[in-house]
Amino acid sequence: MRRRGRDLRGGLFQLLLLVSLGVALLTLGTLLAQVFVKGASFLDPLLFTDPPSSDPEQAGARPAILATLYLGVMLVLFTVPLGVGTAVYLEEYADRERWYNRLLEVNIQNLAAVPSIVYGILGLAFIVRGPLALGPVLLAGGLILTLLVLPTVIIAAREAIRAVPSSIREGAYALGATRWQVVSRQVLPAAIPGIATGSILALSRGIGETAPLLMIGAVAYIAFDPTPTSQFTALPVQIYNWTKLPAEDFKLLAASAIIVLLGMLLTLNALAIWLRNRYQRRW
Amino acid sequence: MSSVEVGAAAPALRATRRRYGEDLIKLLLALCAFVSVATTIGIVVALLLPALEFFRDVSVVDYLTGKNWAPLFEPPQFGVLPLIAGTFVVTFWACLVAIPFGLGAAIYLSEYARPRTRALLKPLLELLAGIPTVVFGYFALTFVTPFLRDLGIQVEIFNGLSAGLVMGVMMLPIVASLSEDAMSAVPRDLRDGAYALGSSKFQVSTRIVVPAAVSGIIASFVLAISRAVGETMIVLIAAGQLPNLTFDPRQAVETMTAFIAATAQGDVAQDSVEYRTIFAVGLTLFVITLAMNLVAIALVRRFREEYE
Repeated sequence: MRRRGRDLRGGLFQLLLLVSLGVALLTLGTLLAQVFVKGASFLDPLLFTDPPSSDPEQAGARPAILATLYLGVMLVLFTVPLGVGTAVYLEEYADRERWYNRLLEVNIQNLAAVPSIVYGILGLAFIVRGPLALGPVLLAGGLILTLLVLPTVIIAAREAIRAVPSSIREGAYALGATRWQVVSRQVLPAAIPGIATGSILALSRGIGETAPLLMIGAVAYIAFDPTPTSQFTALPVQIYNWTKLPAEDFKLLAASAIIVLLGMLLTLNALAIWLRNRYQRRW
Repeated sequence: MSSVEVGAAAPALRATRRRYGEDLIKLLLALCAFVSVATTIGIVVALLLPALEFFRDVSVVDYLTGKNWAPLFEPPQFGVLPLIAGTFVVTFWACLVAIPFGLGAAIYLSEYARPRTRALLKPLLELLAGIPTVVFGYFALTFVTPFLRDLGIQVEIFNGLSAGLVMGVMMLPIVASLSEDAMSAVPRDLRDGAYALGSSKFQVSTRIVVPAAVSGIIASFVLAISRAVGETMIVLIAAGQLPNLTFDPRQAVETMTAFIAATAQGDVAQDSVEYRTIFAVGLTLFVITLAMNLVAIALVRRFREEYE
């Protein structure tokens, strides 16, 4: 029996697998530690109350933080109805055998993997200029991020809807319910936890996006509180702008803004995980 | 009672009366779905029209084979190869990190980890996947580049290597989670059969599970590469903005995405050839990532069909 030799190889292999995970976790830990050590010095109330300034001691990120909150609200308002509507259409109404429905599915899967900067180009051509011509305003940013995260919301909502057992639907049909009654009173209520979890995760992805907002001219120095129709800068864009300045203090300031951004995203992620564990039903 | 008389001849199970409200709802839902179709059409039109105008001024052959990218010089040069090379260098180093370690993490999670370990590790990987790319860019510039210099690797301040390595860590959770999905879809019977024949866990993992899940695993690689090619912020911050036809990862390089982002921020006049370079390079990027996405989607469909 060559048991011993095999065990040695197996042990080495398992060690390699652990190293793989270690690379991921060690980098995550180092990244977080770096950001917190560097950002701690500038993490003060000024960051939340003051606009950006050329003096790092005075500079804050109030307009950027507000804009990011606005973007979050817009994302929820726009993506959830559109995403859930598309998912319901695909799961409950569409005939899978039709070519256009299959094309729609492949289209959504592809859109989920289109580079975010390409959405920026789309926004530049159609929303900021061109047909809509909104200019580089907060609402335009919200619309672009909506298109960007929509495929993610659709895919998550479809999975949540698919997880509702068909016996529930059949029971409702047997009692004489119409299709919409089945969807709105049985399927959607049962799928809400899954939809909420997926939407929150998509929201946190949208809030962290930088490249499409850069494309449409989310400018660096906004000293006023933004409104949906004013120019704006979002928190990730502010981080980018501070990172590219040569002065060391601005890099520290960028780290403190990163702490704020990660704080927002972690809160959202924790909320999503809590929702998943609290409300998800096993059928 | 009239409906009974009609139904008596052929008992219909369908609703006897057309419900216009139901039709309206179906129409509204289909309109939601149409937004996704319109997005794709919008992307294609937004890229194609200005790009076609660009290729009226610059020949496609010069664009695809030119070795110099200098749109703002006099005379301007529009050879896209330096941008492709920059993208390639960063993607190559990213894959070197993401593919082996991502696959390793996936095998561990799928075959070795106990349920409780998995429940702890998976959210941590999700957390890594959820970190915004601008933060990874910051990390590459302010930590990894100085760290590489401390190790004695003579990198420039902006370089392809640190951008690539950090991008690899960013891609690792993508590879890990998609590969793990594929491996979890492999039926238990296959594993049990191999164990019954006396195989070790190592043999089951490498000779049964990985080969059985190979189409899904390859799909995860392809999707990750597509993400790397399209990633903007890490390269914009850490790899530099200098078109450079080189495969030396220690030098500053400019990728296609970094060029697009940098040019859109600068003040080039609209309706100029320089402005339309954004769309020509954007179209190149879109076509490359589209091809990879379609391959990945087809591969995923295959493993789903095999085992589900």
